[in-house]
This record gives sequence, structure tokens and C-alpha cells, in this order.
Amino acid sequence: MSNETLITGKKAENAIKESLFLFTLYICVTIAILTLMTLIYDVLSTGTTRLTSDYEVGLITKIQIDNPVDFLTTLDSRYPDRAGIGPAFAGTVWLMIIVVFVTFPFGTGAAIYLQEFAPKNRLTRFIELNLTNLAGVPSVIYGLLGLAVFVRLAGFGRSVLSGGLTLTLLILPVVIVASREALKAVPDTIRQGALALGATKFQAVFRQVVPSAIPGMVTGMVLGLSRAIGETAPLIFMGALTYVNYFPGTPLSGFTAIPIQVYNWIGYPQAEWKETASAGIILLLGLLLIMNSIAIFIRNRYEKDL
Amino acid sequence: MENKKDLRSQLTKTITRPVEKIVKFFITASAFAAILISISIIFTLLTEAINFFQDPAVTFKGYFTATRWTPTFQNPEYGVIVLISSTLYIAVIACLISFPLGLFSAIYLSEFATKRTRKVIKPVLEVLAGVPTVVFGYFALNWITPNIIQRFIPGTGVFNALSAGIAVGIMIIPTVASISDDALNAVPNSLRNGSLALGATRRITSLKIMFPAALSGIIASFILGFSRAIGETMIVTIAGGQYPELNLDPRSAMYTITSSIVNVSLGDTPHGTTAYNALFALGITLFIMTFILNIGSDYIARKYRKEYE
Repeated sequence: MSNETLITGKKAENAIKESLFLFTLYICVTIAILTLMTLIYDVLSTGTTRLTSDYEVGLITKIQIDNPVDFLTTLDSRYPDRAGIGPAFAGTVWLMIIVVFVTFPFGTGAAIYLQEFAPKNRLTRFIELNLTNLAGVPSVIYGLLGLAVFVRLAGFGRSVLSGGLTLTLLILPVVIVASREALKAVPDTIRQGALALGATKFQAVFRQVVPSAIPGMVTGMVLGLSRAIGETAPLIFMGALTYVNYFPGTPLSGFTAIPIQVYNWIGYPQAEWKETASAGIILLLGLLLIMNSIAIFIRNRYEKDL
Repeated sequence: MENKKDLRSQLTKTITRPVEKIVKFFITASAFAAILISISIIFTLLTEAINFFQDPAVTFKGYFTATRWTPTFQNPEYGVIVLISSTLYIAVIACLISFPLGLFSAIYLSEFATKRTRKVIKPVLEVLAGVPTVVFGYFALNWITPNIIQRFIPGTGVFNALSAGIAVGIMIIPTVASISDDALNAVPNSLRNGSLALGATRRITSLKIMFPAALSGIIASFILGFSRAIGETMIVTIAGGQYPELNLDPRSAMYTITSSIVNVSLGDTPHGTTAYNALFALGITLFIMTFILNIGSDYIARKYRKEYE
């Protein structure tokens, strides 16, 4: 065998290895994407019976809940085809309102302090280290914290307020980090310009820097909210899993939330409940889609201004 | 010199309005809340866990040596080893899924994908990361178990460690992929170009140059993924079942730390009972495990960032 054929043989072998490698990479990416699509397809195909009119009624018993409006407004039921997600939907809305009102001031406040005012010392470093670690704490641990602090110590009981505050603790690190990124993205020239014109540090930050970082902060808040909306584990400790079949009236009412209600429905063995659970999941994923679209919209709309 | 300093302090000393003081106090306090939250997590978990170990029915030794976890039975046993081993077992299954898939996706994204494909695949991974865990739990129980597990391994129960582990693995693919992708992107381009210029193929460059160069970041992503798998709650609660005895059969149900926290809290657990305190003993066990992993991941990632700065 001459040297030349050896080299071309090696080349061919390399080419095969190359394409095999690339093929493996493709497969890996495809599996991730396919799984997501399978998941969405499975949920959609199972859950739509509760959300669309069934034209074959009459053959079997009539399905009671067959459109989104009924599903959103009806109470839970012992029968899968009559179970609506009303109380859970209301509970989620309550939670989101509480989370926004508490998280936004504290989250952006902490971010503004850390990014604009905090001295570069050990204490600041320690706060940052704490934030990194808090972001990695499993959500059930926040549930235990909420149980001990809000339910027992503060005496809020197993209420929507305790639930909202617990979720706030959970997403606070996320929101702070996102808000800091938004502040970081504001060009230094804006700060220097304001200071050069005689503004105090405080004025420069609150009249120039913060307003231009607001879109980024709102985006961070929306993304934090979309994490909170799907959280299940911490709310279980707030009593959200007990049978709550009424609309929460005050912040101290008992409550349930969409993911909790879905978890409940998943637990029933009968096949019909799968459809109801899927309908709940469709609602949950729909809400997430809306929130992420809002975040992307804000990001694209205001990004160019800076 | 003295005069200049005086003048300067006079100039900068504008009147601070009370509003400014209040706002400044508020934002400082918000930042310090991070420390407060950390302290209260550790404090609440510790105090209730100490109560747990003071209960005569519980011994420290029993907690670590008993081989059953049955806190609500007549003769309760509190063998946390059962839960820890199940937790690690499912986490390892999850890692077997997510490490290769996540890493290879990251290599594809950073070394092979065009900008356009990147723009499509990245958001898909973000969506996957945003899917609530209760949805993954549903998917594991109602799709993975009947369509994959029971089809290929007949006789597997409805609740099994395998499908829970696979679902957890899918859930952490985006975590592994995005951090590994960042790590690969942080490697200076000169290394990649140098390798290609010397005639190495893209496969060789990826595997022998980029992978080792980004290794610490990739390891950090693995550790973080593992930590997230350990702390994952809803998937294992829904699809993993509750088998309170020591067992290592992936086809059978298992009982992780997180799912037993959920299950103990589902039962009526009034404040002060042993079962209530057990929640917090489990909580601190879980907290310590994830805390060590998170610190480790952070440490490795930071050390690595310095290498190329």
C-alpha cells in the first residue's frame, strides 16, 4: 500500500467520524426539541375536549364544560366533566397581584442599591453571595420558610397572603439579578452627564439611570412572575391543596392556585381527570406564553432607545 | 489643600431632602433583606430540626441508620437514608439524561450552529426551562411511563424512579446547556482559530481544544444541574411514587426527600408534632446537600472565569 492511499483512507475515516459527530449533536438537540413538542402536543390533544364543544354529544352523556369561559369561571367538582378552574384561577390572580406589589419595590430597590450605591467591600460581596445561594435554594425550602414565618410567626395563617409572600421570597433573587443587569446596561455617559450638570448622585440615579432601566426591570419582573405562576411545591405548605372551592375574598382567605389544582387533578386515577388536568395545563402554559410575549415585547420595544 | 477640601465638601453637601433619606434607607434595607432571608431559612430549619431530634421517638442514630421512612405509622421509623438514596438515585438518572444531551446541545450551539439556527434553538431551550415542574410531572406520569417505560420494560409500575428521573433530566437540560454554552463561548476565539489553522477538524477542535478549555465551566453546569435534580419536587412527587423502604430497583417507586416533605405536609400535621418537625429535619438535610453543591459550582465557575480574563 502506498502512502497516498493510506492518507486518503485516513481522510475518509475522518470524514465519517466528522459526520457521525455532527449527527450525534443533531440528535441531542433534536431530542430536547422533540420532547418539548411531544409534551405540548400531548397536553393539547388531551385537554382540548374541555375547551372545545364536543359535536358527538348525544352518543354519550353531554360534557358539561366544553368551552374556555366555563372552564375559567366554574367551581371545582367531583365529576371531571363538571370541574372548572375558577377558584384556582382567582387564587393565581390574587397571588400575582401580591407578588408584584411586594417584589417590585424590594427587588428594584435592592438592585439599585447594589448596582449604584453599594460600596465595594466585603459586606456587599457577602450580600451578593447570599443572593447567588438563595437563587439555588430548592423551592420546597421556601415553602417551609413560609410555613414557619408567614403562616405561624406572622399569624397570616394558610392564606393567599402567606402564599404571595412566600413566592415573593422565591423570585426576589431572580428579580434583583435581572434588575441589576438592566441598570448595568445603562451607559455610563448618562450618569456622568447628569453628574457633570450638577446633579447629586441621588438625582442622577433616580432621574436619569432608573427611568432608562425601567423597561429592563419590568422585563425581569415579568420573567420572575412567570416563574412564580408555575410554582407548586411552596404553595402546598400554605394549605393550597386542601379542598378550596370558593373564590378568595380577602388576602387572608384560604386559596388554591392553578398548578396546585392541576396537581390535584393529576392525582385522580380515572382517565377523564387527565383531560381536565390537561385543560388546566393548557391554561397555565397559555398564561406563561402571554407573560413571556409581554417580556419580549417590552425588551424589543425599548431596547433601541438606549 | 485644606481649603480645597473644605470647598469641595461644601459644594457636594447639598441639602438632602428627607425623601431622599427615606428612599436610600429603603433600598439599602432591601439589599440587606437577602442576608435576612438566608439567616431566617437556616434559623427556622435548624430550630425545628433540633426539636425533631429532641423527640424521644427519634434518635440521631436512627435518623441515619434506620432503613424505613414511615413517620405517620403506628411505630414510626425515621430512616433518612431511604430518602437520601432515592433522591441521589433519581438525580443520577436525571444526570445520565441531561449531561450528554445538555453538553452536546451546547457544543452544537457554540461550535456548529449558524447564527440563525442559534436564534431558533436558544428560545426553544428557554421555553423548555420555563415549563412548570407540575407539567413535567404530568408528562412523566401520563406520557413517559406508558409510552416509553412500560413499552420497553414490561411490568414496570405506574410510579417508577425511571420515568421520574428521565423527566427531571429533561427539565435540567436547559440549565446544563446554557451554562456550558456560556463556558464554551467564553473561551477566547484565538484558541479555536489556532486549532483550526493547524488543520484540526471541527470535531477535534470541539472535543480536544474547546471542551478541555471550557471544562471547569462545564463541570460547574453539571454540579448545578445535579443540585437542581436533588431539589426538584413536583416531578418526583407525581411520578416517583412513595416507597418507604430502601431499594435500588429503577422500575419500582421510590421516595425522595422532597416528595416526602410534600407528603408529610399533606397529612394533617399540626404545629409541634414530630411529623411537623420532621419536615424541617428533611428541609435542612436537603438544604445542606444543595448548598454544598451550589457553593462548589459557584466556586469552580468563578475560578474558571479568571483564567481567561
